Amino acid sequence: MHEWALAESIVMATIEEAQKEKLKTITQVTVHIGELQQIEKEIFLFALNELAKSQKPPIKKDAFQLKTDKSTLTCKNCGETWSYSDMKKKFNETESESIHFIPEVVFVHARCPQCGSPDFEITKGRGVVLSSIKGVR
Amino acid sequence: MEPRTSVIQKRLKNINRIIAVASGKGGVGKSLVASSLALHLSQKGYRVGLLDLDLYGPSSHIILGVKKEFPTEEKGIIPPMIHGISFMSIVFFTEEKPSPFRGGDISNIILELLAITQWGSLDFLIIDMPPGIGDETLDVIRYMKTSEFLVVTTPSKVAMGAVGKLLNILIELKKPVLGVIENMTMTESSFIEQTVSRVPVRYLGRIHFDETLEESIGNPDRLSETKAMKDLTVLLQKIDL
Repeated sequence: MHEWALAESIVMATIEEAQKEKLKTITQVTVHIGELQQIEKEIFLFALNELAKSQKPPIKKDAFQLKTDKSTLTCKNCGETWSYSDMKKKFNETESESIHFIPEVVFVHARCPQCGSPDFEITKGRGVVLSSIKGVR
Repeated sequence: MEPRTSVIQKRLKNINRIIAVASGKGGVGKSLVASSLALHLSQKGYRVGLLDLDLYGPSSHIILGVKKEFPTEEKGIIPPMIHGISFMSIVFFTEEKPSPFRGGDISNIILELLAITQWGSLDFLIIDMPPGIGDETLDVIRYMKTSEFLVVTTPSKVAMGAVGKLLNILIELKKPVLGVIENMTMTESSFIEQTVSRVPVRYLGRIHFDETLEESIGNPDRLSETKAMKDLTVLLQKIDL
């Protein structure tokens, strides 16, 4: 249930932004979920909906739209690009769980499939991002 | 939009004091001072957390003798209790493998750790800082606004050169500095005390080089009985810790 902590950050950021924009009701919140963090979507959505109750300004029921981003990892050494799904079978359960908690530990547990370098970057699909908020003023 | 920054203050709101044990230089004994400080406060009956932010070379877990303990998941991650200290470190996720992180990754890891760690109520959170004034120091200043700094140096002019730069930036940013500890002294030179006297920071005193200390690494009960710990306790009394 570490998804709960991330959902809490989304709801708090949503409320902060809505207050800045003087929204009276929040009607739609789009959240992008990076593949690398392996979020359990159902648990995450449940947590978002639970945490959204009794907020000010109110968040409309079913306001949260979740979109999954496929990850892209790019080697700084040889330029190779690949995704988490290309290599996830190589991780044991502990390594996979560690990447779920802290996506950057992928640099610890993985290497570029082309040249073996640890010097690659997460160019897409890292973790949870609040993309847009819609509401009524 | 980055959502994690919004939740960090909530995670830290029930922590009374945050003390970052820092130095401009590596190898001066920060981790030992941080772990010993956490043990000292815990033995005094305080609720204490220890966060190892040395992401390239974490070592507090070695000093405390952490073996199989692991954080538990409950609306985030709850640090395991090690000798009465709530302990969190990147090592739970890196398994002692090399950690080739770049600057942006460091900030992301710190944000993630601060956003998902459920410390609960603490009297003190001690942070074992990496050396220097890079991402970790700047992120602690940015996200942990109430943090106070306890600065460690050795008697070396080389160490003090780097420590002086850390002190200057902390003074410039108006961060509270509890004082400077001179660690691993072998002579009674006054060089560090005189150098510190030129800045508005308190020189707390010396921890003498303790050749038996290494035997106590990994055993907090023995660590608490060392001459180094006794020296530290005297210095901490000067700042009411």
